[in-house]
Amino acid sequence: MSVSVRIPTQLRTLTAGKGEVEVEGSTVGAALKALDAGHPGFAERLFDEGGNLRRFVNVFLADEDVRFLDGLETPVSAGQTVSIVPAVAGG
Amino acid sequence: MNYVIGLRCRECGRHYPAEALHVCDFCFGPLEVAYDYERIAATISPESIAAGPRTIWRYRDLLPVDDDAPVDLGAGFTPLLRADRLAAELGLGELWIKNDTANPTGSFKDRVVSVALTKARQLGFKVAACASTGNLANSVAAHAARAGMASIVLIPEDLERAKVTMTAVYGGTVIAVRGSYDDVNRLCAELTSEHPSWAFVNVNVRTYYAEGSKTLAFEVAEQLGWRAPDHVVVPIASGSQLTKVAKGFSELVKVGLLEHQAVRVSGAQAEGCSPVATAFANGADAISPVKPSTIAKSLSIGNPADGWYALDAIRRSGGSCAAVTDAEVLDGIGLLARTEGIFAETAGGVTIATLAKLAASGDVRRDECVVALVTGHGLKTVEALSDTVGPTVTINPSLGDFDAALGEDLLIEEAR
Repeated sequence: MSVSVRIPTQLRTLTAGKGEVEVEGSTVGAALKALDAGHPGFAERLFDEGGNLRRFVNVFLADEDVRFLDGLETPVSAGQTVSIVPAVAGG
Repeated sequence: MNYVIGLRCRECGRHYPAEALHVCDFCFGPLEVAYDYERIAATISPESIAAGPRTIWRYRDLLPVDDDAPVDLGAGFTPLLRADRLAAELGLGELWIKNDTANPTGSFKDRVVSVALTKARQLGFKVAACASTGNLANSVAAHAARAGMASIVLIPEDLERAKVTMTAVYGGTVIAVRGSYDDVNRLCAELTSEHPSWAFVNVNVRTYYAEGSKTLAFEVAEQLGWRAPDHVVVPIASGSQLTKVAKGFSELVKVGLLEHQAVRVSGAQAEGCSPVATAFANGADAISPVKPSTIAKSLSIGNPADGWYALDAIRRSGGSCAAVTDAEVLDGIGLLARTEGIFAETAGGVTIATLAKLAASGDVRRDECVVALVTGHGLKTVEALSDTVGPTVTINPSLGDFDAALGEDLLIEEAR
């Protein structure tokens, strides 16, 4: 199903400047993998060697941190928005 | 004189120019200001510092921006007070309170904002913005007014009333967000991508902003007669302040202002928001985010950006980290007020209550020179105390009423 992924400035070089990309996927992880398939380079920025999200990458589904949900396994529904946000902010 | 070489990613070491950048494009790690310490060491001295203003700008050689007319309300050089009466209550020896309630808008945030907006103005920004738990909002709104910049401040809607008033009075835009600070922070991180012409002090100019907290360490060392304390107790929200206080002491050694000396750094959190204290207690390497619920709203960051670095600084220095209940926070505020005449906000209550806890457990020792950072003024969070503090008694204006209500108590008080 189709979901939107919001891209932070730091990664827009991978999307030709676009701040939002539509991808197919039934979980957050699948959506991010689909993002990498369409725009190579995302996976190495977002995931460590073990396939987990890097320490300084936060991912939100409909404004909720996926770490409070089921992480990358969190199911997504059509029309929802996944946001990639650098963790280093605030305080 | 500017001694900044550029920015460097703390994680992967990639280099960047000294612009409005806060995270590494490659690994998202935080960018840090890189200085030419050899050149600083060649010029800086206790005398050169003493000749500067009685503000954070006396340490300008060790700050990331140099400006003859900084955006300045007089932040810093706050009192370092020997706290013998509090020390006696806690069974400690040489104890000092760094009273950062004495800053222009009543919290340590004036240090970081003065640095951030001075740099932002040099970079050409006309709008100052931030995500805030309150103290930063106060300071950004005030400093932006001073600099003639527009301000856009985003806060959680449930903030203490004084913090909202102390922000809105400066005439900027104040946006109350239905959600927690972490929600506000995420929104601001996204807004930064959409509004690159705004200087979000704790997002896109965070690299410079965070450096302002080093001045706490610089002042403590100078006020102790160019001597490092043995142990510092610092409250933790994002973890940035603690990390930068530790960095500040190590920089003073690097530039030759201090003999090499290990400073133990300990962290203080409220139990209702203690992701760093929990990771410390569990021996964990990762910080698990939490949903905050505590009266210490200025420390209510459930997903602390520098939590991991704070944990690392605590462990490497041989410090400790603990969390206290809201009841203990109120006791801490009362204890500091009663023994030393300093009225702290809830975050200060967290620091004092944690100090008490660490003193009782032996983690903070009687033979150490200890400094506790009290970083915000009590007037900002008066509601927290409204159920516990009030008039001793209410009487009619007559001598008879006075004596009936208080006479004997006062005799006892005088006899003490």
